Parts: sequence; structure tokens; C-alpha cells
Amino acid sequence: MAISTLNQNATLASIIEQHREAILAEWLREMSGATRRSDLLKESELQAQCSQFLDSLARASGTGTNAQAAAYEPLREILADISHSRAQKGFSPRETAMFVFSIKRPLFSAIRDAYGKDPSVMAEQMWSMTELLDSLGLFTTDAYLKSREEVIRRQQEDMLELSTPVVKLWEGILALPLIGTLDSARTQVVMESLLEAIVQTNSRVAIIDITGVPTVDTVVAQHLLKTVTAARLMGADCIISGVRPQIAQTIVHLGINLLDVTTKATLSDAFGLAMQRAGFSFVRADKRETKRD
Amino acid sequence: MERIPILRMGEYLLVTIQVDMHDRLAMTLQDDLTNRISETGAKGVLIDISSLEIVDSFIGRMLGNIASMSRVLDADTVVVGMRPAVAITLVELGMSLTGVRTALNVDAGMDLLRNSLDARKDALYGSRIQ
Repeated sequence: MAISTLNQNATLASIIEQHREAILAEWLREMSGATRRSDLLKESELQAQCSQFLDSLARASGTGTNAQAAAYEPLREILADISHSRAQKGFSPRETAMFVFSIKRPLFSAIRDAYGKDPSVMAEQMWSMTELLDSLGLFTTDAYLKSREEVIRRQQEDMLELSTPVVKLWEGILALPLIGTLDSARTQVVMESLLEAIVQTNSRVAIIDITGVPTVDTVVAQHLLKTVTAARLMGADCIISGVRPQIAQTIVHLGINLLDVTTKATLSDAFGLAMQRAGFSFVRADKRETKRD
Repeated sequence: MERIPILRMGEYLLVTIQVDMHDRLAMTLQDDLTNRISETGAKGVLIDISSLEIVDSFIGRMLGNIASMSRVLDADTVVVGMRPAVAITLVELGMSLTGVRTALNVDAGMDLLRNSLDARKDALYGSRIQ
């Protein structure tokens, strides 16, 4: 009385094909609830995605219900595309996975109609379908996370570029305002861009301003010292400015030796010193006039 | 045999490293330079490494050694024109070349040498003139 698995699969595909319109309509109705997000996705677009998914499912399920099989490759690609676009549109992972899970009810009711007279076959079919849809649902979550991580990685790279501007303050004086935490990767970028700028602008003094660095621990101090040493090797003086009182306390408590490095409390102090070292001096305009009189 | 030329310019010696340094070349340079300093009685040595693209710990140490030896022979040494990549490599190798004076380019390096020579002369003769 048991029918062979091949037959089962063939009938599954034929059930989907026979009841295609009904399943589609039911599925769309199923998704019209909280997970629909009509603000992010157009009705027509969703319909197209659904029928594409259903067609591909019908084709693939003719060969078996193992979601890792080669026959499911097109279906997985469709799901990856859908997850990717939904991740970018701002769907939550739950809403993305519900796209797959919400097909269960219409599909199961179609199976029930077809095998209603034979409970054991029906249970068998439902179980294999559940397994298939679960692994497809998990696949969407994987794909969703992957595209999210892609976005995060790209943003990190952008921030790395943005957060290390080297500005020229005066002839021969550079400033590097650091904002955010310093890790090894960032220090590398900071060091490289500073040294390149020193060569390009022929600067003798570089000011590293750490006002925007939230904490200075031994690792950050180590990175700062490396940058200062590298600049010195190239023949440029480095001044570290923007040392806040708490940071000064931390540095001393941690026993970090910054004695070889000139440090200043504010950027303006550092700039004054830099001008002095570069051989410039300032005179207030009104004072000069009184001198002339 | 390959040699790095050492040019004399008044009281100073000028060394321009135009090729990639290998260990024997560095040893030869060390020999040649110390000999030339004692022959000429030079007061300053300027080493231009702006064409040097590759350094290892040995070359880094040689630079430090040459500077120390020149100081023993009473000549100031300035290393000029180090490339960013070279500077980063040396720092990553843990060599900060403390005691070696550096400048951005030959111009700045010559300024530095002249200034330090003037200061030395002032210290020597300044008090007598007054």
C-alpha cells in the first residue's frame, strides 16, 4: 500500500501544479498580516516573487525534498535574491523568514485535500514538506544575515576612510584629528595617511589631536607611540594634543611612558608650539600699530 | 665590487643610497664611511635614503651603527628622506633608531647639520670672543 518515494515526490510536484492558483492566493492572504510590510514592498513585486518561488519549488520537489540537493539550486538563488533585497529594504529577519514559513498552511491544506483518505501518506508528505520548508526558511535567514554583514563591513570601511583626515594647518604644519577608538587596523591607516601627507606637504611638524578618542589604554598608547616614532624616523616632529584630564590620569596610572613625546592639553597650545618650532611668531595687529606710533 | 659613493662637500660628507642595500654593501659602506670621516675630518654626515625601498632589521641596525660610529669620530649624522613604508617597517620591527637624527629631505638635513655645527662652534669659541 505504501507508494515509492519517487512517486510521492512526483505527486507533490503535481499537487503544487494543480492547486497553483489556490495556493498562491491563499499564501498572499496569509502574508497580508503583520509580515506583509506593504510600506516596503509593492503588491505586484510580492506576487511575482511568490509565483517565481512556487514554480521553482514545484520543479525542484519533483526530484526529492532535500533542500541541499542540486535540483534546489535555482530555488536557493531566488531565496538569496529575495533575502538580499529585503535586508536592504529594511525588513526584519523574522519578516524575511516568514515569506517561506507562511506558505505552509496553504500547501498543507492542498496536501490534505489530496491525501485526506490516507492519513499515513498524508503525515509522511507533510513531514517531508515541513523539513524542506524549515531548511529553506533557515536558508533565507542565513542569506539575510550575510547581506547585512556585507552592509556592515562596507560601512566600516567607509568610516575608516572618513575618520582619518589629515589637514594642513600652516606651511609645514599638519594636524590629524582622531575621532573614535584606535585599533590596529585603524592605526595602520592613520599612520600611512599621516606619513604620506608629511612627504607630500613637506611638513616638519605634525599634531595628533586625540580629543575625540574616548579612552586611551596601553594598546592605544602603543599605537600612538608607533605613529610618533615613524614620523620621527622620517624627520618630522609629532605633538600629541587634546589630552583630557581623565586620560592624563589613566596614562600615568597605567605606567605608560610618554616622556619622549611632546603632549599638550589643547590643539591651540600644540599649534602655538608647532608655529614656534617651524620658526613663525605671532604679533597682535593692534600692538604692532602702537609700536609704530 | 659594488660600492656606495661618498661625496665630500666642505665640512660634510654626503652619502646617497641609490640601490637596494644588501648586507655586504652595508658592511662596505660602514668601512668606507668611517675611513673617510677620519681621513677628511668631516664634521657632519648626511645619509640620503630616499631611494631605499626595502629595509630589514639588519639594514636598520647598520643605519643606527653608522650614526653611532660617526658620533664617536666627532661627526654629526642625519638620515634624510626615509619613505613612509620604510618608517612603518622599522617601527613594526621595533627599531626606533634612537640617537639617529632625521630630516625630511636633503635641504632640511643640511640645515640641521649647519645649525648643530654652529652651536658646537659657539660653545667652543663663544665664551672666548666675549
